Order: sequence, then structure tokens, then C-alpha cells
Amino acid sequence: MVMENNLSNEKRRLNIPWLFEMAWRDSRKNRSRLLLFVSSIVFGIAALVAIYTFGVNLKKDIDNQAATLIGADLSVNTGKLPDAATQKMLDSLGDRHSQERMFASMVLFPRTQGTRLAQVRALEGDYPYYGNFETIPANAGLNFRENKAALVDQTLMLQYNVKVGDSVKVGKVTFVIEGVLTKAPGQTNIASGIAPIVYIPLKYLDETGLMQKGSRINYSYYFKYDHPVDIEKLTKKLDPRFEKAGLNYDTVETRKENTGRAFGDLTNFLSLVGFIALLLGCVGVASAIHIYIREKIASIAIMRCLGVKAYEAFLIYLIQIVGIGFIGAIAGSALGTFVQHILPIIFRDFLPISVTTDISWGAIGQGVILGVIISVLFGLLPLIAIRNISPLNTLRMSYENINLLRDPFRWMVYAIILLFIATFTHLQIGNWLGSLFFTIGIVVAFLILTIIARLLMFIVRFIIKATWSYPLRQGFANLYRPNNQTIILIVSIGLSTSFICTLFFIQSLLIKQVTIAASTNQANMILFDIQTSQEKPLANFTQKQHLPLLQQVPVVTVRIEKVNGKTAAQTKKDTSMRMRERLFGNEFRVTYRDTLSPTEKVMQGDWIGNTPASGEIPVSMEERFAQRNKLKVGDKLTFNVQGIPINTRIASTRQVNWNKMQTNFLFVFPKGVLEDAPQFHVLMTHVPSKKVSASYQQSVVRQFPNVSIIDLGFVLSVLEDLMDKLGSIIKFMAMFSIVTAIVVLVASVRISKYQRVQESVLLRTMGASRRQILAITTIEYFFLGALSAATGILIAVVGTWLLARYNFDIAFNIDLMPAVALFLGITGLTILIGLLNSRGVLNKPPLEILRGE
Amino acid sequence: MESILNISDLGKTYQSAGKILTVLDHISFAVETGSTNAIVGPSGSGKTTLLGLCAGLDRPTTGAVELNGIDLSILSEDKRAHVRNLYVGFIFQNFQLLPTLTALENIMVPLELRGETNIRTRAVDLLDKVGLADRGHHYPAQLSGGEQQRVSLARAFSNRPKILFADEPTGNLDAETAEKVIKLIFDLNKEAGTTLVLVTHDLDLAGKTQRILRIKGGKLVSDNKTNV
Ligand SMILES: Nc1ncnc2c1ncn2[C@@H]1O[C@H](COP(=O)(O)OP(=O)(O)OP(=O)(O)O)[C@@H](O)[C@H]1O
Ligand SMILES: [Mg+2]
Repeated sequence: MVMENNLSNEKRRLNIPWLFEMAWRDSRKNRSRLLLFVSSIVFGIAALVAIYTFGVNLKKDIDNQAATLIGADLSVNTGKLPDAATQKMLDSLGDRHSQERMFASMVLFPRTQGTRLAQVRALEGDYPYYGNFETIPANAGLNFRENKAALVDQTLMLQYNVKVGDSVKVGKVTFVIEGVLTKAPGQTNIASGIAPIVYIPLKYLDETGLMQKGSRINYSYYFKYDHPVDIEKLTKKLDPRFEKAGLNYDTVETRKENTGRAFGDLTNFLSLVGFIALLLGCVGVASAIHIYIREKIASIAIMRCLGVKAYEAFLIYLIQIVGIGFIGAIAGSALGTFVQHILPIIFRDFLPISVTTDISWGAIGQGVILGVIISVLFGLLPLIAIRNISPLNTLRMSYENINLLRDPFRWMVYAIILLFIATFTHLQIGNWLGSLFFTIGIVVAFLILTIIARLLMFIVRFIIKATWSYPLRQGFANLYRPNNQTIILIVSIGLSTSFICTLFFIQSLLIKQVTIAASTNQANMILFDIQTSQEKPLANFTQKQHLPLLQQVPVVTVRIEKVNGKTAAQTKKDTSMRMRERLFGNEFRVTYRDTLSPTEKVMQGDWIGNTPASGEIPVSMEERFAQRNKLKVGDKLTFNVQGIPINTRIASTRQVNWNKMQTNFLFVFPKGVLEDAPQFHVLMTHVPSKKVSASYQQSVVRQFPNVSIIDLGFVLSVLEDLMDKLGSIIKFMAMFSIVTAIVVLVASVRISKYQRVQESVLLRTMGASRRQILAITTIEYFFLGALSAATGILIAVVGTWLLARYNFDIAFNIDLMPAVALFLGITGLTILIGLLNSRGVLNKPPLEILRGE
Repeated sequence: MESILNISDLGKTYQSAGKILTVLDHISFAVETGSTNAIVGPSGSGKTTLLGLCAGLDRPTTGAVELNGIDLSILSEDKRAHVRNLYVGFIFQNFQLLPTLTALENIMVPLELRGETNIRTRAVDLLDKVGLADRGHHYPAQLSGGEQQRVSLARAFSNRPKILFADEPTGNLDAETAEKVIKLIFDLNKEAGTTLVLVTHDLDLAGKTQRILRIKGGKLVSDNKTNV
């Protein structure tokens, strides 16, 4: 019994250096495989580090360049002409100031006869005080103010083939084009593509005759202080007066914050896209390690025989996983730091500033830590099984595996992984509900794909027929045999397919939406800002051109004064009515008529088309807008119609089909109230061709210079361009997922190759031909690829349907061609990679493989 | 004489497909310190199972195994691992070398586990003893079956075990190599007083031991002293 005491005295201490040495030695023969596992996380980490670095640089650059974004120390803007008192207050601000009027109007290039809706800005003063107009020639930004001259956006110049020195007609005035505007302060390429800017001197504005327009004019004032002033303190003091006068203001600080926040949201969103790639890679790592550990069972059992304790064996492999996780994270961070150089180029059109590409050690640090944590977390899943490997396996390899599902540690690891995903997401998007949805979404997607994979393995067993040829049977059987890669491949290929496919679908869905409107007999040209006196002449003119009058509606601009008798201030106090607050700030365009249009349907209450002799005016409200603002039939609204209060009651709510090209309104008044209010008219027509469109627009602009025209065909091309640019950003990020899926595919095939070796060698010794073995491989990977791609596309279809229905509220109508191409591409790629990797088996002599353990 | 291994009423059953399979049935015997013993019996009679239980690789269904005064049947797997490391050497029928370690490293592992110093010289000595001095840096896959078995032997000796279990140590070897391996095992017994328990089909080998235990159908059917 002396010995027993001895045993407890000699309790062995954990020999950490030795564990490291064993981990090192044990990995020696598997280095290339371990690196292959880890390559799965490299691209996910790279995506995140690139986005983080980009975010850090963007924030820094916004901070440095914020003053040039706004161009002044303080800018004030408003939608209505300031009254005398407000004007007096404005005059008291700043040492220097400029002012600008901005509105949409048609511009005409007389030389080429091109005409298009543009954003006209009439400027007075030396704005911008920080940064400058980027123009060609360089001094045009200053010179145009001295002359009867204009600056014209470069896309507009290119589009209508006009040159500096040509003229542009705005309203009734013709300006000489002084220069090409390549970039206005704070302007992005995308914005100028949608609404190209034309600058004119403010002193000619009256002469253009465009100030009586019904459409909205925006008044901006820019202030510059030559002596040091605490702008934040100043605006804080002025804030109540600004609010009362309905003025919005921007300082360098607020602009910095707003721009920073907008791009912060964007980079956070993109980092989630990168995170999906990382998760995909992690699942690949977990499955690779699972197989790795299975092959290590014998070694681990021997170690246990020699006296290695369970947790020591566990630690030996954990050290390896931490090691490769670290290597992968470093490689990913290095790649990400390289990739971030591309991001400013991809984002170029969306950025109001130029972004630098400095290395961010913070971002690299985050990437490395994240990579190690996540590879360990996912590695733990297979690693914890090591604890249960018995030394008995040395005597007899037992596959009577311990039921892993009952291992409480396994569930703990699952819980930690989910918690980690949710926490990480929360760090990106900043709200728990959203991160919960994201986490659940990820889990559901993984589950669906896993279930489909299991179902496939289950079904395949039954459909295999003995009458099939040998390669066919064997290829099918490979899908469910032990240590198969079916689940991991279907999950990773399927997920990335659904990702890219959804993207295609949504893009084509949105474009199709507009294309349909542009190509059928629906309205494809909208004329607005038509004065009441012009309504008839313009209608006659249009009919003379043999164009249909599809819709003619009056539009009145109103504001809401009271809701159920409560003013904005009173509503503000009632916290339960918060969502109604924004009812007050905005202007609404309303119309009046006595009948419903064909695209409208009354949902609640009764439609009343004519004003009753007494009492409140019965108005109709758009259903969803009513719901959003917690308004229902019977609620009372007091409108301010150009100064005159009108008491109304919500008599009905309407469902509006926004899909049809129509002018739709949130509020519709009955006939008999608004007829005499200041108003403008909208006319809709259908032009059959580009040529007709151009000539019609030219003649309208010549005869009715104040009328603005939106050509849907043109909107379509702008939209397509925008979608292309947006799509390419998301595609760029999604690419990381796809590359990850390919890496997982390559790794999985390589790993299963080690398992296939014995069998293939056996088959070959028994006389199987090269072709037969190739056929087996092809069939197996064809089914894997085809099924994953099909599942991914199916998920994309369902996802797109949900998005179309609940998010965009548009008809579900997708183009299947890209899906078919995607299906073929992915299936082909899977087969190709499968074949390329199996080639090694075929070319080696069997003996070498048998000895090579 | 003192006994190093005490087997009392040992039983092992397996349950598979609802049926209970009795592999070892009430086996009792004791092994004296420093003795040489052989376990023989037909295939499937339970020899490997018995050896595994003796070495603490598994837990018996009934009965107890007392090794060097320690009751293995009540120890946790980790404690048993420690006991194996301290007192037990094991030679497997199929060598069981760690494929990712070189021959020399394979021999060093039990010593490293004990935290001993001067490991390398001892490991090189052992390699020399089994005639593989110049193959230390080779991986198992680069060695022949007989060479692997000799490395496995050197590993089993490396921690100076009090008792050595060998499961058909010559099963895979040609007569000449088998002779060498057997000589090495018996030399160890003579030089260090290591107790030997061998499982073998080879009656010549069994005849070289002091005692032959015969198993059949999981039962100990005879226990004879030889006249060695
Ligand atoms: N895990 C197990 N489950 C079920 N039966 C088992 C298990 N392990 C061993 N057996 C059975 O126990 C019996 C004894 O096996 P064991 O390996 O001890 O025989 P052996 O005497 O070493 O045979 P051999 O000389 O062929 O190596 C065999 O019939 C075997 O099938
Ligand atoms: Mg046996």
C-alpha cells in the first residue's frame, strides 16, 4: 500500500512546454493539411480587416475634410422664403456669407437641342469658403459669378455633347457655359448622376422667370467667420430660434457626425457580409478538424496508453488549432490590408471625399483576435471529442462512438458560438433585436441546408438500384458513406449560391419594375410644375403631338397644423404619440377630385367626393401611411393651406397600388375646397420612342419653360447605373463568401481524398480503370454541386419573394436566366475541383500510397 | 514472493445488439514480481481483453485488478494513465507507434511525460540496444514492420516499467527477427527484473516463460509452471 501513497504524491504537474512540443511534432506531417483547413478563414478575415481599415480611414478622412463637405462654418437652409424677422437674424450671422436657391428645372442646350431635368443652383457670394468647386478650367468656379455664365455638371455635358463656351438655357435666360463642374463641395458622383447640377449667378434668377414655380425651392445660406467663434455654442444658442423659423442648420461638426454615421452604418453592414464569409469558413474548418481528429484517434489512443491524460491530449490538439487559427488570422489580415486599397476605388462614386489607404493596426489587431477566437470556438466542437477517446482503441478500433450529442460540453460550445455571433453582430449594428434576427437567420439558413443534405443522404440510399452501372452506384453511395463531405459542401456551396443569387434577383426585380412601366402603354413621361393657366394649352399641345393624356391632376402643397386638436408642441409632450411628430415638419402634396382612380381601393370608412355644405372636410388617407402614424378613420386633421387653416376629418383610408406609374397621394381632398388655393398641375403621357420623347421635351421646354419633365426611360438608365454600382459593391463583398466556399470545397475534397486513397487503390488493384474511377468522382461531385446550387437558388427565390413582398412591396417576377447560368457554373466548378483533386490519387503508384500512412 | 499483479474474479461482458457476450468469466490469478508469464489460448478466447484489463486500458465488468498494490478498477481513466506511465510497458501486436513522431521521439514520449531529464541519451541508448541507432530520425512509415516492433519495444522499456505486457510481440515477424525481439524482452527481465506478461500463439515462446496460463472461452482452464 506504500505505492498508493506514492501515486498521489507524484501527481504530475501540467508540463506546458512539453504539450507545445508534442503539438509541434504531431503537426509536422500534417502541416500542409492544417494550412489547407485554415485557408478557409483567410478570406473572411481579409474581408473584415479590409472593411475595418476602410472604416477607420474613412472616419479619419471625414474628420479631416469635414469643412470642405459643407464649404462654410455654418449653413442654414429652409424650404420657404424667410420672413423679414428671420432674414434680419440671418443677416446678423457670420463675417461673410453667401446664399443659394436650389430647384429642379429643365435646362436646354440650344446647340444640340438637348433638354433635361437638372438641379439648378443660383448662387451669390464667395461660397465655398473651404475647399472649392472642382471645374475645368480650374478658375471657372469663380469666374461664372461675374458673368452671365453657368457651371454645368460633367455627366450632363457628356450626355448632351456640349462644350465649354456653348450655351445653356435656364428658364428664359441663356447662359454661357463657363466650365465643367466635376465636383461640387460635398457632392458624390452618384448624386450628380441622378440630379446633375447647373450653377448660375443668383442675380439672373428673377430674369429666368422660374421663381413663380409651384415646385419646391430650397433656400440655403452659408456663413464664414473670419475671427475664431465657437460655432457649437452659437448654434446651441440659436437653435430655438432656428426651429421656430423652420430653419435647418449644419455645422462642420454636425456634418462630420452625420456623414460619419451614414458611412459607419454602411461599413457595419458590409462587415456583416464579411462575417458571413468568415462563418462559412469556420464551418469548413470545423468539419475539416472533425475528420482530422478522427484520423488521429489511433495516435491519441496510443498516447493515452503511454500515460497522457485526457485533457493533455485535448490541449495538444487545441494548441495546434490555436496555432493554425493564428496563422490564418495573420494571413487574412495581411490580405485584408492589401484588399483595402481597392475599396476606395469601388466606393468612389458614393464618397463625398477622397479616402486614404493607411494601414490600420487596430483593424489588423481586431482581425487577428477575431480569427483566433472563432477558429478555436469552431475547432472546439470536434476537439472536445478527444476527451472521450479511450486507450482501448489501440487494441481494437472501436467505432461504437460515444454519443456526442449527449456531451454537455458540446452544447455549451454551441451556446458560446451563438452568443459570440450575436455579440459580434451587436457590435456591428448596435441593436440586440437586429443581431438576434441576424443570428437566427444564419442558424435557420444553416439548418435548412443541413436538413436538405441529410434528407438527400437518406433518400439516396433508397433510390440506388442494383441494376445501375457500378460507377453510378458508387458515385451515389459516396454521398452518404462514412466521413462523407455532403453536409459541409451543401451548406457552404448552398449558402454562397443563395447569397449571390438573391443579389441578382433583387437587382433584376427592381430594374424590371421600371422597365415594364417604360415599355407598356403606361405613362412614361411626367410633366409637373404646370401653372393653372398653362393646363389647357399644354394639354392641347400634347394631343396635337398625338400623345395621350393619361392623367391630369392638380397638386396643392399643404402642411399639417394640428392632429386631433393638438399642435406639434403638444404632441411632442405625449410620448405615446412620438411617431406623429414628423407629420408636422413636412410639406405634403395633396390633390382633390370627386372619384377614386382605378389604382385605389377604399379599405375603411367611406369615400366622399364632394364637400358637404357644413362641418369638417372629409379627406381620404393612404392606408399604410395612416397606420404608420397611428391615425384612423374619424381622426381630425387641421391643414395649413398656404396660410389658411382647413379643418378635416379622415373619412376613409385607401389602399394604393404604387406599382402603376401614376401620381399617387397620401391625402386626397374632395372637390369644392382647394380649387382656389395656389396649385400646380401634373400631366402624364406615354411617348412611344426616344426620338418622340426628345422632340416633345424640346418643344415643351421652349413654349413652357417653367414646366419640368421626367422621362421614365431616362430614369431607368440612371437607376440601372445606380444598381450596377451598388451591386458591384455588394458583389465585391459577396465574393469573399464565394471564394471561401471554393476554398472549403477544395479543402473538403482534399481531405476526403486522404480517405478515398485506400479505396481507390483497392479498386485499382482489383482492376478498376482510370475512367471508371473518374466517372465515380464526376457523378459524386455533379450531385453535390447540382444539389447545393439548386438548394441555394431555391433559398434565394424564397428570400427574394419575401423581400419583394414585405420589403419593397413590388410584384415578384424574377429572371431565371442568371439563376440557370449560376447553377451550371457552380455545378461545373464543383466537378472540376473534385476531378482536379482526385487526379493525385490516380497518378500515384498504389504502393506509395499504402506506405504513406 | 511478493506479487505485482493480482487479478481477482475478473469478468468482462459486452453488450451488442441486445445480447450479452461474456468475454472473460471469473478469472483469478496473481503474478509474482520479476516472473515471466505467458497467456495462451485460441483466437477469440479473450487474451487481448485480459491483457488490456491488466494494463488498465479498460475497466472490468466485475472483479478487481490490483497492479503494484493499486486497485485499478476504482481509478479514473486519468489516474490509470498515470499508473501506466509510472509502472507499465505495453507492446502491441500491431506496433502502435505515433506516425507523426520519429523513432527517437516515440521512445522519448513516456520519459517526457514523467518530466525526466537526460532523456535523449537514454532514448539513443535504447535505440542502440534494439539495433536501430542510425534510424532515430526516421518516421514509422519509413521503417519495416520488424524495425517498428523494435522501436515499440524500446519505447516500452524506456520508462523502466515494473511490468511489461506484450500482445503477440512476434506475431508479425519472421523467425529470425522474432528471435531478436524475444531475446531483448527476456534480457530486460534478467537485467532490470521487469515482470513479463506475454500473449502468444507461439508455443516455443510460451515455453521460454516460467508459467503458462491457458484461456478458453473466457475461462482460465489451466495454470502450469514450466521447468525453465
Ligand atoms: N467491444 C466489443 N464488443 C463486442 N465483442 C467484443 C468486443 N471486444 C471484444 N469482443 C469479443 O471478445 C472476444 C475476445 O476478444 P479478444 O480480442 O480478447 O480475443 P483474443 O483472444 O485476443 O483473440 P486473437 O487471438 O484472435 O487476437 C471476441 O469474441 C471478440 O469478438
Ligand atoms: Mg488478440
